[in-house]
Amino acid sequence: MSTQREQADLFFKQLEEFTKTMKQSVGIPLVVDQKTGVALWYDQRELKLRFLISIEKTRKFFEALSEGKVLATRCKKTGKIYFPPQVDCPDAPDSEVEWVELPKEGELLTYTIINTKPYSFGHYPDYTVGIARLSNGVQILAWVRETDPKKLKVGMKVRLEVVRRQPEGYLTYELVPVEE
Amino acid sequence: MSRRVAIIGTGHSKFGNRGDVNIAELAYESIRQALDEAGIEPREIDFAYVSNVGGWSSEPLPAVVALEYAGLTGIGTMRVEAACSSGSAAIKAAYDTIKSGEADIVLVLGVEKMNESPTPTVVEFIGRAGNYFWEFQNFGLTFPGYYALYATAYMARYGATEEDLCKVAVKNHYYASFNPKAQFPRKITLEQCMQSRYIAWPLKLFDCSPITDGSAAVILASEEVAKKVTDSPVWIAAIGTASGTSNLSRRSDFTHLEAARIAARMAYKKAGIDPENPVKQIDVAEVHDCFTIAEIMAYEDLGFAKPGEGYKLVREEQTYIGGVIPVNLSGGLKAKGHPLGATGVSMAVELAHQLLGKVERERQAPIKHGVALAHNIGGTGHYAYVTIYTLEKPREA
Repeated sequence: MSTQREQADLFFKQLEEFTKTMKQSVGIPLVVDQKTGVALWYDQRELKLRFLISIEKTRKFFEALSEGKVLATRCKKTGKIYFPPQVDCPDAPDSEVEWVELPKEGELLTYTIINTKPYSFGHYPDYTVGIARLSNGVQILAWVRETDPKKLKVGMKVRLEVVRRQPEGYLTYELVPVEE
Repeated sequence: MSRRVAIIGTGHSKFGNRGDVNIAELAYESIRQALDEAGIEPREIDFAYVSNVGGWSSEPLPAVVALEYAGLTGIGTMRVEAACSSGSAAIKAAYDTIKSGEADIVLVLGVEKMNESPTPTVVEFIGRAGNYFWEFQNFGLTFPGYYALYATAYMARYGATEEDLCKVAVKNHYYASFNPKAQFPRKITLEQCMQSRYIAWPLKLFDCSPITDGSAAVILASEEVAKKVTDSPVWIAAIGTASGTSNLSRRSDFTHLEAARIAARMAYKKAGIDPENPVKQIDVAEVHDCFTIAEIMAYEDLGFAKPGEGYKLVREEQTYIGGVIPVNLSGGLKAKGHPLGATGVSMAVELAHQLLGKVERERQAPIKHGVALAHNIGGTGHYAYVTIYTLEKPREA
């Protein structure tokens, strides 16, 4: 069975081929909608989007992943922990933040299994996204390593783990159900 | 200076897959109706707010494209974005503009052309709406996925079932069947909903609002202008607003939308509605049912039901006509369709028509108090707008 991304790519490939014929016969990239019969123009300009996002100030977070650690920041003055990490404390603008490691143990607050996927996730099998509350009260959203809804439960224990995401091959984190 | 603000004209396109029109043509369907109904000339409009989310459609500056087509080039304009509540945000901006005395007549146009992109691309764009870097980049959440996180937590805590969720869809399709502007003007059965495939477990296809093209427009005016041009103005009595964290992980719980609760309280206070029992003073409501669970949470956030009891309202059919408060008699986002930027404006059009007794007989709410409520949420409770529309002129300007 093909992935959702392959299906989406096939859709465009078919449009491309169809409009190639139309350009030769009627001179324009015309598509006639199969359901409604209306005339559509197949865009001749493809927009490619990929962003370069600054992680300069939170570089420590990404470096710590290679040591198996997931970090947060803590405001030195108020003690408030920020996750996702941020380097400013709006409650005490003159204060600084320090880096702290998040605990690994947590409890699953909620979850969903994504069946219909965004294009850029269309090459994965169905995946579970959950939110856990860690033992220090910080909440974290990540994939949960279990896709059978019968084996998932609100309140179940999970462990935060650094993993290498394939096929892209980069470090991120995941929630792993703990056998009890 | 503070002035009262009224709706003097409304327009609404057919919602659906509108491959038969481009974005400007689609916008003009609503602009033209609204101008006709208001009985004013295009040159009398002082400013236009255009609500559009975009990304999936080809024109990045839809405000000027739509105004040029409509012969309105020259007046001041801007695009307004507050995700799925952009329409209500544009109404709020227009309301403030007139209230402050900066303008007398303002056009609010909501337009969205989502079907210019294929479904996986649209799913991608909406999935990115939240916190892109921390919640989408690595974890690929989708919009059904975000609301499914709420559904899972809500069902686990209060014992609501997937059938309860489907009952919202059945009700909204029932009313959409009488609304010729709806994308899906047809009834569905509970079985059809229950047997539909999972999109983001536990939400199924029939729990989700569709991908929609559509437009809606309202013309707002000061009291002075309204008195001259119409004998049936609908007034904006109050607008409540709030926001929620971009990261879902930073929300306090997953059984309600705090921003919606805050916006409702603010609107009730301004409109003199008792927050403990608002259904006693409101005739009809349009709530943001982008997913069935969202309508159930809306009942609770608006005070129509106590926390944890929203699903009982739909189980007992209390949000049909004849129940404690009729909700989404247009068919809602679920069955009328959800062209993001047009949705909040569409709610205003629908409620103005409800208050004036102008909708199809089968879906007309009995109007006793002359008060209607729009609950319009952007993102997953990222933005919240609650707007109160009335037949009676608000006491305070």
